[in-house]
Amino acid sequence: MSERELTCIICPAACTLRVTVTPDGRLEVRGAGCRRGVEYARLEVLEPRRVVVTVVKVRNGELPVVSVKTSRPVPKNLIREIMRATAELELEAPVEMGQVVARDICGVDLIATRRVRHVKDIN
Amino acid sequence: MRELKYDVVVVGGGPAGTAAASRAGELGLSVALVENREVLGGVPLQCVHTGFGVHVFGEDLTGTEFIQRLIDRLEGLDVDVMLRAYVHSIEAADGWKSLNVVSPSGVARLRARAVIYAAGARERSLFEIGVTGGRPDGVYTAGEAQALMDLYGVMPGRSIVIIGSGDVGLIVARRLALEGAQVKAVVEIMPYPGGSMRNVVTCLHDFSIPLYLRHAVLRIMGARRVEKVVVARVGEDLRPVPGTEFEVECDTVIIAAGLRPNVRLLEDVGVAIDPATGGPVVNEYLETSIPGVFAAGNALVINDLVDYAVEQGELAAEGAHTFIERGIPRRGWKRVARGRNVRLAVPHYVSGERDVVIYARVRQPERRVVVQVPEAGWRLPQMGVRPPEMLRLELTRELLARAAGGAITLEVKPLE
Repeated sequence: MSERELTCIICPAACTLRVTVTPDGRLEVRGAGCRRGVEYARLEVLEPRRVVVTVVKVRNGELPVVSVKTSRPVPKNLIREIMRATAELELEAPVEMGQVVARDICGVDLIATRRVRHVKDIN
Repeated sequence: MRELKYDVVVVGGGPAGTAAASRAGELGLSVALVENREVLGGVPLQCVHTGFGVHVFGEDLTGTEFIQRLIDRLEGLDVDVMLRAYVHSIEAADGWKSLNVVSPSGVARLRARAVIYAAGARERSLFEIGVTGGRPDGVYTAGEAQALMDLYGVMPGRSIVIIGSGDVGLIVARRLALEGAQVKAVVEIMPYPGGSMRNVVTCLHDFSIPLYLRHAVLRIMGARRVEKVVVARVGEDLRPVPGTEFEVECDTVIIAAGLRPNVRLLEDVGVAIDPATGGPVVNEYLETSIPGVFAAGNALVINDLVDYAVEQGELAAEGAHTFIERGIPRRGWKRVARGRNVRLAVPHYVSGERDVVIYARVRQPERRVVVQVPEAGWRLPQMGVRPPEMLRLELTRELLARAAGGAITLEVKPLE
């Protein structure tokens, strides 16, 4: 039976949640001041996900990198792999905001979150 | 010298200023938006993380996406955007205000009926937080580190100590960890983190970055580049406890010790400043002590959500519109007094005749409390309050009308 301690981030009360997985596989959450904390703990323990944001190299752009995000939250254990894949990427300017700059990296797309114009297009 | 006339001149093209300019334009006013950088946008330009716009757009956007939407709102409005334009000084004699502006096209005198001041904030520096030692290479503010990495693709260092645990520092800690740097310590002098719990969890816990609460960096050591820092535990008086010093080797130190409103131009023109916020004293129109001069965003009060800066920008624009169209009442203001466990509250004066939003911060974290205004019989129970998480309180006209006398008190009390 393993116990994990989490800090709830749903509201500023920041309850300390103690989560135990019982031998029959159920989750027990103690310390939550409200139901939202119980749900938060469940997701954080069973299936923690994050949107990954980073930057990717751009050739001939007004800036040398463009910011990107994953199209949806990814399981936390895939974050390293996604970072390794994005480090290899190099795009050609211009890049538009919202443009899909890479498809299917660990099952998600990579989307540009900034416009980077080509150097020749800057006045 | 060129002289240009506008209904409203907005100083600062970040979220608050951009929102103020577009709202003023939408209200049919002629507007100049003066920004000293080459682009509009301000802080969010270098914020590649999400958490922006949940209130304004009902979507969780990155800072970069958020600010583009805000800038796009200016299209088609009567707003002259002046870039690389520095406001040298503001003059507020009677009636018209004058702004002396220096830009690549020369010196201009902008004449305005109303001014909205949204010049943002600056980061606190090493010299304000009592860190001694050498001054080697490798010391950055959190904002500088963020710009280096996320605008210019440059890693500030490989082995990092962060002083202070404000939100920008936490966000930078995560970006550094993601990019393979070793973040050895986040050192916070207070007994609680300076940023939101969400950022503590998703930036520090996710990457097993140690947070040293009640600790201070005493000295930065290094010949040419940073080599190490000396850290010590602090007592209740926030002074180092002798004998608790230890060293942490690192090549980079990042200062994340919070922000201060940029108010020099306001001070020069004689606007009253609130020592608690570091920003101007304002009424519910966000008008400062000088009639027709309004303030919004981080120049008014340090916000932790961009949505609040935008809301203040729009409110200031509506205030400017009221000022120009029919004037703002000059009598009958009720002071907003700070009661138990309230460090700051904005606005400072309310009329009692309109709905208002009060932004407030507590002095210390507290659980199971009620936030209340006894004079209005208003109570809001809260599971918890923390200084880094700003309270946004909506008080209706009906409630405020109940408060007799010249002041209302905002206070936080334990819940019985």
